[in-house]
Amino acid sequence: MMIAGKNRFFILTGGVVGIFLVLLLRLWNLQVIDSHRYRVQAEDNRIRYVPIHPPRGPVFDRNGELLVGNRPAFNLMALPREVEDRELLFSRLAALAGLDPATLEKNWQKGRRQPRYLPLMLANDVGWDRMELIEENAVDLTGVFIEVQPVRFYPHGDLAAHALGYLGQVAEEELQKSDFEGYRAGDFIGKSGLERGLEGYLRGEPGDHLIEVDVKGKKLRILRTREPKPGRQVHLTLDWQLQQAVENAFGNEAGGAVVVDVRNGEILAMVSRPGFNPAHFAQGISETEWLQLLRDPRFPLSNKVVHGQYPPGSTFKIVTALAALKSGLIQPDRQVFCPGEITLGNRRFRCWKQGGHGWTDFRKAIKESCDTWFYQIGFEVGIDRISAMAFALGLGQPTGVDLGGEKGGLIPTREWKRKAFREEWVDGETVNASIGQGFVLTTPLQLAVMTAAVANGGTVYRPHLVARVEDPSGEILFQETPTVRSRVEFNDRQLRAVREALVAVVNERRGTAWNSRLVGVQVAGKTGTAQVVKLKEKNLQTPNQEIPYRFRDHALFVAYAPAEKPEIAMAVVVEHGMHGSRAAAPLCQAVFARYFGATIPPRDEQSGLEGD
Amino acid sequence: MFDRRLLTHFDWFFILLILLVAAIGILNLFSATFSWSFAARAIHQKQIFWLLIGLSIAFLLCLFDYRHLKHWAWSLYIGSVLLLGWVQLFGKVSMGARRWIDLGFFNLQPSEVIKVVIVITLAGYFSNRSYPQGCGLPQLAVPFLLLAVPFLLILRQPDLGTALLVVFIGVTLILFVRIRFRTLLFLIMAGALTPWVGWAFLKDYQKTRIQIFLDPESDPLGAGYHIIQSKIAVGSGGFWGRGFLHGPQSQLSFLPERHTDFAFSVFAEEWGFAGCTVLLALYCLIIVWGIYIAYRASDKFGRYLAVGVIGMLFWHVVINLGMVIGLLPVVGVPLPLFSYGGTNMVTTMIGVGLLMNVSMRRFMF
Repeated sequence: MMIAGKNRFFILTGGVVGIFLVLLLRLWNLQVIDSHRYRVQAEDNRIRYVPIHPPRGPVFDRNGELLVGNRPAFNLMALPREVEDRELLFSRLAALAGLDPATLEKNWQKGRRQPRYLPLMLANDVGWDRMELIEENAVDLTGVFIEVQPVRFYPHGDLAAHALGYLGQVAEEELQKSDFEGYRAGDFIGKSGLERGLEGYLRGEPGDHLIEVDVKGKKLRILRTREPKPGRQVHLTLDWQLQQAVENAFGNEAGGAVVVDVRNGEILAMVSRPGFNPAHFAQGISETEWLQLLRDPRFPLSNKVVHGQYPPGSTFKIVTALAALKSGLIQPDRQVFCPGEITLGNRRFRCWKQGGHGWTDFRKAIKESCDTWFYQIGFEVGIDRISAMAFALGLGQPTGVDLGGEKGGLIPTREWKRKAFREEWVDGETVNASIGQGFVLTTPLQLAVMTAAVANGGTVYRPHLVARVEDPSGEILFQETPTVRSRVEFNDRQLRAVREALVAVVNERRGTAWNSRLVGVQVAGKTGTAQVVKLKEKNLQTPNQEIPYRFRDHALFVAYAPAEKPEIAMAVVVEHGMHGSRAAAPLCQAVFARYFGATIPPRDEQSGLEGD
Repeated sequence: MFDRRLLTHFDWFFILLILLVAAIGILNLFSATFSWSFAARAIHQKQIFWLLIGLSIAFLLCLFDYRHLKHWAWSLYIGSVLLLGWVQLFGKVSMGARRWIDLGFFNLQPSEVIKVVIVITLAGYFSNRSYPQGCGLPQLAVPFLLLAVPFLLILRQPDLGTALLVVFIGVTLILFVRIRFRTLLFLIMAGALTPWVGWAFLKDYQKTRIQIFLDPESDPLGAGYHIIQSKIAVGSGGFWGRGFLHGPQSQLSFLPERHTDFAFSVFAEEWGFAGCTVLLALYCLIIVWGIYIAYRASDKFGRYLAVGVIGMLFWHVVINLGMVIGLLPVVGVPLPLFSYGGTNMVTTMIGVGLLMNVSMRRFMF
């Protein structure tokens, strides 16, 4: 059987060798017989592809105001093999365009390792005037030329920098991933914020020039151009004027603030402080500046609206109140006596107000932010109901906003405690949680979404920044629609009690935000102060101003307006601002005044009850 | 118990031959990508990494008796076809074709997997049957069906090059199995007719490629650019070549895809006809040695397996070289051990592992 098949192997071998001989014959033909012809063609070969970067898509605010665009940057390039006398060239450039020869030399050295026929960058972004001077005197400047490159341009400076995000060069590891197929080393991509999230829309498609070059590699003429496709146009829900108002209101404070439309979850303003200037990233940020941003103890690169997790402090009392009222265990007329502290389960809990609030009902407890009332009520209602209400209002989980890396905050439950600490839940922790201290953590955006839900009757929307994405031709590629994430059912009485109390906070004397009221529009809100560190008896003995900055309390305020027919809700966290009523509420007041065209009444130093 | 004959029969010559060609390939990649100023980890280093992975797989494949594969043939076949179907439905689209399954660390290309699996399946199928009279058309129905399913699935991706490769590999094996003369005539006629019928089913870009192959000068800046530039590179190499790292075509970036499908052009430019003769001789030796392994195999399955794997290597080499030197249209087939790419390296080394396995166990029954 085996021998019978022997011929097959000879045929097979013969076939293989035969075909290889054909290949070799062809090579002989090309490389020996016609070699001279191809050698001449190779010398003449002057056609080369040069990629053209596509302009990144522009970003507009809700009214069509340009937030991020592009401008041409003129880079001074050199072809090393054409430059004969480098020193002469640099001195001419210095005399003509005022470029520093030392810097030119430095950039020259940087590009020294690459092949000599590839252009290297002598100076980036030389500006219009120098570009014209160099182009006019091209005859005397052999070996250099100007390359035009679209660069990110921010008409409003650092406005909304965190939401928009910054660019950076694509990293080596990213190039290996399939998401970045078609990218080349050195390409700029979105590294944070919307620039990152919308990379696929904003980038566009690169084109190329087919150019004819001479033997030295010098460009002679363009044979054919495949135009790049510019990136798509992105329209946001942001209102740049309101954004500006929030940023101005912040001054030099650190923290985060966000304004949402309570009717659909659109984000009208999103501010994180301190900020950074995204324009500095547009052509690659310098290492010193980058390190400076990274090492800043106030974290300018972090978008605190979605990445900052803070104890909500007394703003969380809204959640505790709704949980208590909805459970039916507590009625709004429930009275608790506040002597300034209360003992529950063998532990003493202190109200922020020395001397206490006296007899307090629900309305007064919210309005004057009485901790004792909430200690008692939280203790009775229990952590299960409180955390269930918090989850239902969107806390303790990412809001689903269209920005990457969002933090989920933390709403403690018995099960969570068991997993995290291998310990059972203690009632004292419920007491702390009911005023938003202890384990509870929230992001400013979560607080705004929660406040919006209280304002609109219990609907938790997914907040979003992108309204729509359009093709340059105007065709709509993506259109955001309001998305309801959950709905909490309240009866009218429960909701009215809470809302009226929130109105009282701002609009009645002795309300903690009385000095942040407006004339012309009724604001409902709640102040909060979040402990950063537990300093026992801190409030009693040390004036807050003498505590080091990083140990000072955070100031919070959540609000919506108009109270009767709510349109917008806002959450503010001023890091180490000490008191919600002094640091956070006035900020919100300024923003709402701007939005509603309302006026700010003079301060009332007598009647305000400021503290929490 | 470990049979010591396995070690003494280990095919050192074959593996050294493979390593020699791979080393030349890596050296060539170093030159082809020499002018790339970016990329911190160079292409040739990545190729070394893939070669090591491939070698490990090849050695692992030697550890068990290849005869076990016969029992797995059907499962492997069904599994691969399912993967191909999966790609059709959920695969990753890139450059207008749906070929990959994204595994995160690696993009799996089921059409590469099927190349090896079809060899195992057909070898298993034929080894269970004998045709004293030679194969007729009715006996070929099943093998053709086995080929047709993956062929059509890959064609739909669309990837004409790989689809044709699968058929070439299969047909090589079928022809080897002994076929009736009349059937052979019929097949040749059918094969000759296919292009005329198939033309209607080709995508536009595929038609363009074939037209341009027939007349590259008709579009020297567009699709004909590849062929023209490649021929210039190969031809200008002359008898002795331009020298390592000194090919102007390659180093001046005229050659597109010079680290993948057109890697051989770089080699031809820099090493000339002399270098090409040596390289072709090495490839030819690999193939002939593979046939020798098939000849010495101890059973029918081993023999068919070896012939199938050799067919796979052979057609890759011939189609790639034919394309690069302008004998065949540009279809995007890589040159084994020479073109950059993890998937092809792994497929090739799986084939090598199977050949060594057959070679090692030639005295075992």
